[in-house]
Amino acid sequence: MASKTRVTRRTFTAGLGAAGIVAGTAPFNIISAQGAPLKVGVLLPRSGAQAGIGQDCQRGVDVTAGLLKDLKLPALQIMNGDTETNVEVARARAERLINEGAQLLVGAFDSGQSTAIAQVAEQKGIPYVINIAAAPPITEQGYKFVFRNFPVAGRILSDAFENQIEIFKATGNAPKTAVFMHVNDTFGTAMQKGFTAVMGKFPETPYKVVETIAYDGTARDLSVEVAKAKATGAEALVMVSRLNDAILITRELIKQRWSPKAVLSMGPGWYEDQYLKTLGKFADGPMSFVPWYDPNKKLTKALEAALAKAHPGVNLNTNHVYTFEALLVAADAYKRAGSADPKALADAIRATNIKDNVSPGPGIQFDAKGQNAALKNSAIQNRGGKLVTIAPASASNAKPEHPMKPYDKR
Amino acid sequence: MTTDVILKIAISGVLTGLVYGLMALGLSVIFGVVRVVNFAHGEMMTIAMYLVIVAFNALGLDPFVMLVPISAVLFALGYLMQRAIINPFINRPEHSQFMLLVAVALVIVNALLLIFGPDSQGVTTSYSFDSFDLGGIIIDAGKVYAAIAALIVAVLLFAFFRLTLTGKAIRACADNYNGALVVGLNVKRLYALTFGIGAACVGAAGTMLMIVTDVTPAIGPAYTLLAFVIVITGGLGSMPGAIIGGVLIGLTEALGGFFFTPSAKSMFSFAILVLILLFRPQGIMGRRTA
Repeated sequence: MASKTRVTRRTFTAGLGAAGIVAGTAPFNIISAQGAPLKVGVLLPRSGAQAGIGQDCQRGVDVTAGLLKDLKLPALQIMNGDTETNVEVARARAERLINEGAQLLVGAFDSGQSTAIAQVAEQKGIPYVINIAAAPPITEQGYKFVFRNFPVAGRILSDAFENQIEIFKATGNAPKTAVFMHVNDTFGTAMQKGFTAVMGKFPETPYKVVETIAYDGTARDLSVEVAKAKATGAEALVMVSRLNDAILITRELIKQRWSPKAVLSMGPGWYEDQYLKTLGKFADGPMSFVPWYDPNKKLTKALEAALAKAHPGVNLNTNHVYTFEALLVAADAYKRAGSADPKALADAIRATNIKDNVSPGPGIQFDAKGQNAALKNSAIQNRGGKLVTIAPASASNAKPEHPMKPYDKR
Repeated sequence: MTTDVILKIAISGVLTGLVYGLMALGLSVIFGVVRVVNFAHGEMMTIAMYLVIVAFNALGLDPFVMLVPISAVLFALGYLMQRAIINPFINRPEHSQFMLLVAVALVIVNALLLIFGPDSQGVTTSYSFDSFDLGGIIIDAGKVYAAIAALIVAVLLFAFFRLTLTGKAIRACADNYNGALVVGLNVKRLYALTFGIGAACVGAAGTMLMIVTDVTPAIGPAYTLLAFVIVITGGLGSMPGAIIGGVLIGLTEALGGFFFTPSAKSMFSFAILVLILLFRPQGIMGRRTA
């Protein structure tokens, strides 16, 4: 007997019910994916030579949860990883975090360590958002899962010259000569080469470099270096240094009774909290040309308030801002992707268009290489133990003070 | 370059060299008597430097006020370390002693890292930014004070070894170990005392160095190496040699850095070391052994 299949009222109702259940629960699949926090492996140099910076970046992580909630973005489950300021350890920790379930990676402050993590992320197909690393090659490899919301070295230097020219025009006073001092490590030497190359593209730069002095960043005494710089009679001091040497050089400037018209720093050290605390009134005056934040943006004020609450007495800086923004990118992409699928997340990051952010410039977008090329850099100045942004004018909250007040008149 | 700039740099090098000399003096004293090379020398000095930080931050005490107490603490540390750890290794092969003291150095570095963290720390006294103007030659006041203190400590040490009975007994141990035993000297106690005195020298040098520089836990090995360069240059075991070596290295680094490139300052001190090893292996003030 041949069976005849036909739709009865009963099977139709059952089918409708089943379809209803499927249709009804389908959105819950997305919601449940969104309901579970995204597992983010945050790789930072928490020990070793860069431990202080890694711990400072962690402050940016600490304040993120509350801000994401206020922005109605999904929560993140942070999985901490320590690179130990070591490239090979960074690579191994990235692999371990992925094996332990990390769905996205963030980090790692340093270009060498970030390069190693980028290779692992690309190989495993896990999205990686770099917080801080300026070496251009990282986003020149054709990677599909690597994104960077931080300016590359060339951009930092060209913005530094643009901002200097703007500052000297605004104050109507410019140094005619400068001595360039830099640490003799990889960073300092690369910056010195970049500085010389980029300076040629800015003929309006008012000063000439009369002498370049390389020094050992781990030196216990920098009196010879400063004496040599002073002997050139230069009006300005251009610096590429780190924290400890910045403090030693400032002490020598005072002791050797040399007050340059301007100290122009192209790197860390001169604006860091420990520099301000250690030197007190003698810390005032130096200008630093760095990736920074726009003090006038709404989210900046929220981030500043959150940091002040979590870590009283700590000034908001590059480390906090760009680590927070890397996590902001992750949460924003997770919300739009609707799942933690790595490819969907990477596609969502590529389509990022965050206007409500902290860093200077139009916001966070990524080009085909995964680089936020629209980022702007700032000029900041130490004033009374605080930092004010003096350029570009579109993202500043104070007018530049130039020339610097002599050390013996403070 | 004007003469006064060169003169200023030379004076600065000599002043720094005197403090380095005091640090190296401790190493030289220990080796000259106990015949153990202290590979934890620079690390022991960082302990003294952190004690200055603690005293300054907690009680506002000036490093000069802390000179004697910190030297006393380091003396006790050195004395106990010799009795408890080093003494059992006195008659063991040199590589065992080397490994022991390298291990001690590692423990000190990591303990300081755990307690104080990796950032550099310093003290800012009322004279931290002072300098003297001697007819256009500007001299760092802190370095002058530190060098004077280093000289006083060195003179007191020479006087101790020359004029006191204990000092003479220690010198007897250094000159003839068996003879010292035969005449009934308590050699073990004298060894511990010597190690304590060497550590006290390091304590004084570390306290003085805090006036002119900052400290990080990782800086210890660099000071150990510097102390070796100085004592080998001056003559291992020779007390005046340590001071002369310190001044020579300080001066060489300062002038070499000024006339050539500052980033290669230490290259000049190592060049001096190589020349000394080639042409006068016993050092400037060292005695040639048969």
